[in-house]
Amino acid sequence: MSKQINVALIGNPNTGKTSVFNQLTGLNQKVGNYPGITVEKKEGICKLPRGVKAHIIDLPGTYSLNTTSLDESVAVELLLNKNDKDYPDVAVVIADVENLKRNLLLFTQIKDLRIPTILVINMADRMSRKGISIDIELLEEKLNTKIALVSTRKNVGIDHLKELISDYKSLSISPNIDTTVIAPEYFERLKTTFPKEDLYKLWLVITQDVNFMPIEKNLFQNATSFATKSKPELKRLQQKETILRYQFINGILKQAHKIDLNAAKGLRATLDKILTHKVFGYLIFFLILLTIFQAIYVWSEYPMDMIESFFANASELVKNTLPPGVFTNLIAEGILAGIGGIVIFIPQIAFLFLFIALLEETGYMSRVVFLMDRIMRQFGLSGKSIVPLISGTACAIPAIMATRTIENWKERLITILVTPFTTCSARLPVYLIIIGLVIPEGRFIGLSYQALTLMLLYLIGFFTAIFSAMILNKILKIKSKTFFVVEMPNYKLPLVKNVAYTVLEKTKSFVFGAGKIILAISIILWFLGSNGISDDFKNAEQIVENRITNQGLTKFNSDALEIDMANYELALKDSVANKTNTISNLAIQDSVAKKYTELFERAKRQEIASYKLENSYMGYMGKAITPIVEPLGYDWKIGIAVLTSFAAREVFVGTLATIYSVGSDEEDTITNRMAAEVNPKTQKPLFNLASGISLLLFYAFAMQCASTLAIVKRETNSWKWPLGQLVFMSVFAYIIAFIAYQILK
Amino acid sequence: MIKTVAELKRGEKGIIKEFADDILPIKLLELGCLPGNEIELVQIAPLKDPIYINVNGSHIAIRRSMAKLIELEIIEDAHLL
Repeated sequence: MSKQINVALIGNPNTGKTSVFNQLTGLNQKVGNYPGITVEKKEGICKLPRGVKAHIIDLPGTYSLNTTSLDESVAVELLLNKNDKDYPDVAVVIADVENLKRNLLLFTQIKDLRIPTILVINMADRMSRKGISIDIELLEEKLNTKIALVSTRKNVGIDHLKELISDYKSLSISPNIDTTVIAPEYFERLKTTFPKEDLYKLWLVITQDVNFMPIEKNLFQNATSFATKSKPELKRLQQKETILRYQFINGILKQAHKIDLNAAKGLRATLDKILTHKVFGYLIFFLILLTIFQAIYVWSEYPMDMIESFFANASELVKNTLPPGVFTNLIAEGILAGIGGIVIFIPQIAFLFLFIALLEETGYMSRVVFLMDRIMRQFGLSGKSIVPLISGTACAIPAIMATRTIENWKERLITILVTPFTTCSARLPVYLIIIGLVIPEGRFIGLSYQALTLMLLYLIGFFTAIFSAMILNKILKIKSKTFFVVEMPNYKLPLVKNVAYTVLEKTKSFVFGAGKIILAISIILWFLGSNGISDDFKNAEQIVENRITNQGLTKFNSDALEIDMANYELALKDSVANKTNTISNLAIQDSVAKKYTELFERAKRQEIASYKLENSYMGYMGKAITPIVEPLGYDWKIGIAVLTSFAAREVFVGTLATIYSVGSDEEDTITNRMAAEVNPKTQKPLFNLASGISLLLFYAFAMQCASTLAIVKRETNSWKWPLGQLVFMSVFAYIIAFIAYQILK
Repeated sequence: MIKTVAELKRGEKGIIKEFADDILPIKLLELGCLPGNEIELVQIAPLKDPIYINVNGSHIAIRRSMAKLIELEIIEDAHLL
């Protein structure tokens, strides 16, 4: 028999449950999903005294076992299902010392399921400051359990808790409250129908669905068939149960718990006044948003530059050290380029989640919800939509998952549908590269045009989201009860450990989640771009060489060559004139001739590479869609990049990198390479203002993220919504990009 | 006169009256919004909605529409006496 104990951590939101989990498990934790649903599953291993190990599950926060959301039902289902491999040997209920009364409601419900239950009173370090005193012994006796006073902040009491967990067999499992008194006759009937079952458990199974919104699942269909009472009746009984429990709790706390009200007020009231003030409140929120954007764009630039040059060097190194061949090319151009394209996002994602974690941890996020609810409601959204819409600037996937806190189904659905319009970090590399290419460098009242363009794109994304929400609010005919309850937790200093874990976790899930798709696509692209069947592909070298001998380099290349040579000669002569270099005229001529050959060879290689690509599998695919993308100002290469972006936007840059570096020995930075691209029809740079703006707008509006579609399907439980999103957003994007190009060209 | 939570001024308190069964979501009850409990209006959002209350030690924000459903017996503010 294994010595591992199953422990379930359960508690109200904002009680520091995650801190306790982090303290118990340290880095021995993993985060996954419950099968088939997107509720996060956190589990970890904890070493207990006497060589015993505990497997700890951190259940989603809940106020009671009367479920109103999918998250909560996960917690309840585990506690009801004895056959689940994670069914707890012992439950640990985490309570916040300041809200003991409310936390005990959940405690008594779990206790009544006859599961050994330990009560943790967290944030014990606040007790004296808040004027709270608790008679622990009396409380233990009345609740018939063991209590651990814990302060995760001060790292106090965790050892005692471990001790209690390892000793769980000595805990009493007798219930606190006899629930049957709320409807004696009904429970009597249940008892005769199911003589073997525990009555309270039956009661929870029956009422599981009572408070649910539309999309929930029915694990307990069999059980509901004997729900002889109507939903309103069951709900009334649930209320009776709640009142009964509070009576019990109030009775106990009157004796065991004292609070000196004068000590309790203070900081909270002051901060609330400032942070929800009608002027300062919005101002502070705006400043915080600005700081976040600053961090994402400016601060993350340094690590991103480092990552970029690291991967460019690595790719170069591989090509220079490994013997040339298909395998080397696969590593250098397929795999390394692909991994580089994933890693580059890490700084930005880490920064965003750092801020979101900080805002959540301090309790500020609830104030934002409070401030914004009335405004957001006009657009059919909820104050709680602000969190997904902000998170959406990192990635729509966690953002859409974050809509789960919105109780109203219609508001939630609208939030899900419009969130993909907000500018996610995957659009950023596309924006940055195109803006760098087509927007001039000048300044307007101290702000660079490029920065302004970027800001404008963010605003466009945000306002499109808001505007579509307004329209959806009008056309969607969904009836659902308005139901908005937000807890305003006390302000806290964030715990470094919690914030660090959140950042680590979210970054990891991006790298291993979205990263897999990106890498796979990079490799496929590399293959398609470096293989072909036609004779044109196989004899590319010969064909291009003949062409150059007969007609010379293309106009763009020969012009570029001329300019490069003139510059080189000038620099060389300057250095001689300045006496930094002492070489003879003859040597100068020599050096110039050598340089010319070098540059000419490079141009030739590029032309070969480009010809090869044009005749590769990918070239054929790209040409097939040319008629569709030409009205937008794109050539077949951009067409391919747009096409592959439908799997994930960030692939755009990776695709172009692959397209342009395939076959070329020089690792030119991608931007220079793109700037050198010429539209074969106009002989002008391919990336000009018109095609650039058209691309930017296309990426701003199109739904190009397979992972987001998958998440929307899961969250709405239907293909109708994600498919509608895909079609609507893409058609809309095409039309806008078309208009933009036709006007500007 | 019947007074509801929506009519409280900032800092005012009241005691929740009995209410009809099906009006309030169960979650609000679990947070302590039960007949007989004291309720205090802590803050009103800049656009007058939502409002932020303290009931039974729980600090929660609810919308005005829901606040209108919670009827009160007003207790005189201790400060004024």
